[in-house]
Amino acid sequence: MTAITLNSINKSFGPVHVLKDISLEFNKGEFVVLVGPSGCGKSTLLRMIAGLEPVSSGDLIFGETRVNDLEPRERDIAMVFQSYALYPHMNVERNLGFSLELRKRDAAEKQKRTSHAAGILGLDKLLDRFPKALSGGQRQRVAMGRAIVRDPQIFLFDEPLSNLDAALRIEMRIEIAKLHQRLGTTMVYVTHDQVEAMTLADRIVVMNAGNVEQVGTPLDLYSNPANLFVAGFLGSPKMNFVSHDDPALSLPKALTHPKAKTYGIRPEHIQVTAPDDNAHLIGTIDVVERLGSDTIFYINHGAKQPFVVRVPGIDRTALGEKIGCIFQPNDLHRFNADGQSISEK
Amino acid sequence: MASRTSFSVAGTLRYAAIILYVLFALFPIYWLVKIAITPDRLIYTEGTHIWPSTFTLDNFTSVLFLTDFLVYFKNSMIVSLGTAFFTTLVATAAGYAFSRFHFRGKAIIIALMLITQMFPLLMIIAPIYKIMAGLRLLDSLTGLIIVYTAFNVPFATFLMQGFFDGIPKDLEEAAMIDGCTRFEALRKVIFPLTLPGLAATLGFIFTAAWSELLFALMLINSDDKMTFPVGLKTFVSKFAVDWGQMMAAGTLALIPSCIFFILIQRFLVQGLTAGAVKG
Repeated sequence: MTAITLNSINKSFGPVHVLKDISLEFNKGEFVVLVGPSGCGKSTLLRMIAGLEPVSSGDLIFGETRVNDLEPRERDIAMVFQSYALYPHMNVERNLGFSLELRKRDAAEKQKRTSHAAGILGLDKLLDRFPKALSGGQRQRVAMGRAIVRDPQIFLFDEPLSNLDAALRIEMRIEIAKLHQRLGTTMVYVTHDQVEAMTLADRIVVMNAGNVEQVGTPLDLYSNPANLFVAGFLGSPKMNFVSHDDPALSLPKALTHPKAKTYGIRPEHIQVTAPDDNAHLIGTIDVVERLGSDTIFYINHGAKQPFVVRVPGIDRTALGEKIGCIFQPNDLHRFNADGQSISEK
Repeated sequence: MASRTSFSVAGTLRYAAIILYVLFALFPIYWLVKIAITPDRLIYTEGTHIWPSTFTLDNFTSVLFLTDFLVYFKNSMIVSLGTAFFTTLVATAAGYAFSRFHFRGKAIIIALMLITQMFPLLMIIAPIYKIMAGLRLLDSLTGLIIVYTAFNVPFATFLMQGFFDGIPKDLEEAAMIDGCTRFEALRKVIFPLTLPGLAATLGFIFTAAWSELLFALMLINSDDKMTFPVGLKTFVSKFAVDWGQMMAAGTLALIPSCIFFILIQRFLVQGLTAGAVKG
């Protein structure tokens, strides 16, 4: 069953057309991540779903109901903001229960639902505190608790982790994943962090400059990116792109494609070899990053962008050495002149 | 050790500077009170002494019981409280609109409001007099409240807009998602956080209206409508100035301002919004 349908949604701010004819369907209980670089329109799209931005044209449908003209409070949604947006003049308990207070629920129910949410997120001991006396992670939890208390049809997250430090971000990411498993509510999550997108999503919507570039499961997008943008956006370190006429490239005929203008290969899909005739690409090592679990080589092959190779474990190959690279045939991506993926292998 | 010494030297200097400033700022008030309690016969003989050889409260009793001081005081109270209330009301609504909404002509309205602040009062006092005469609001406290409100609204609006700008938009949006209408979000979430701003605006406008002389002088002529600054003038007669009573009246006139600020000062304490957003 579909929870949210976007039907040819457009959004303009004055003369600026920020979202162009977006049509998407989110299933009930699905965790959808909208991902893309800053300014791609992902947050605007989320705010339109929330009812905080009017839809310029198109239909926004929740279940069977068109909600374009409904106020945020009539949409049965909860939203976690990047800034947390906790009410500073209310303690944690009132922050959590504010939505129930507005709906004039009785004290017993309020108490029950507030302490249930506090229990899930480990906020029991903080109920009397005010937001200013909480750490970043605790504030983040209260913001999520406020959403849980509502028991809404749809959860919306607007870059909820970007204000946390790296360690806390991983911890909260896991909590959000657990929360989704536990509640099974439809969640729409906006981030510019592709690791969050890959780890949390059932499906990812990759956006760029107001357009949807590709929709799919994380692994689908990783293995079969539809175009250069998606290929370069997901994955870390990002995919290497080599022009078909790059002199350092010597692909066997079987791997080439007559229409291919750009070849893409992920750093983890490359085998290091001697710089001889068998190598698909030859270059010298400019920079080495040894992470313990992996070794990352930045190879100078004459192009502007270094060619990145990730080898598992510790590799002792030294700086300045000339090496060859062999691409695994199934992992080589070919893109035509328009940057679209050429699907047949 | 060396750094600690330099630190305490810096600290001492800082305190010395603050003390000097406070002395400088409070000296006129000290002088006001000193003259008020100096007996009339000593004002000219001991006028420049730091402290008079004897003191008296006669000036206060005569101001309170033998002059129209209480009438002026009451009039000033009505005008100042009225002005503070209406100005803050209008400025709050306008400041919220400027802070939160985009509408056609916003820039022009802001520019016009700024322009009203650019003219010297003396230039516009004649037209104002004419307008108020036409409205039959001369020699009336209501007329004075209207004029004061009109003149204070632009500044107060900018002040309030600044306070609203300081409250993250996310808070309102969160409240609207939680179930508030826009007005409820304003009343239940934004308004409590604006209290320091409201207090500052109220205090500022109250003081401005309390000490305004020019309009009060031009628009009011009967004795029973005079506000306090105009009333002070009655202590200056053709041949003499009753310094003692004038200073006593001035001292008494400070009291409401002080009480007002004591009442609102707890709202003036900032930092209520700390913790609303990241950080």
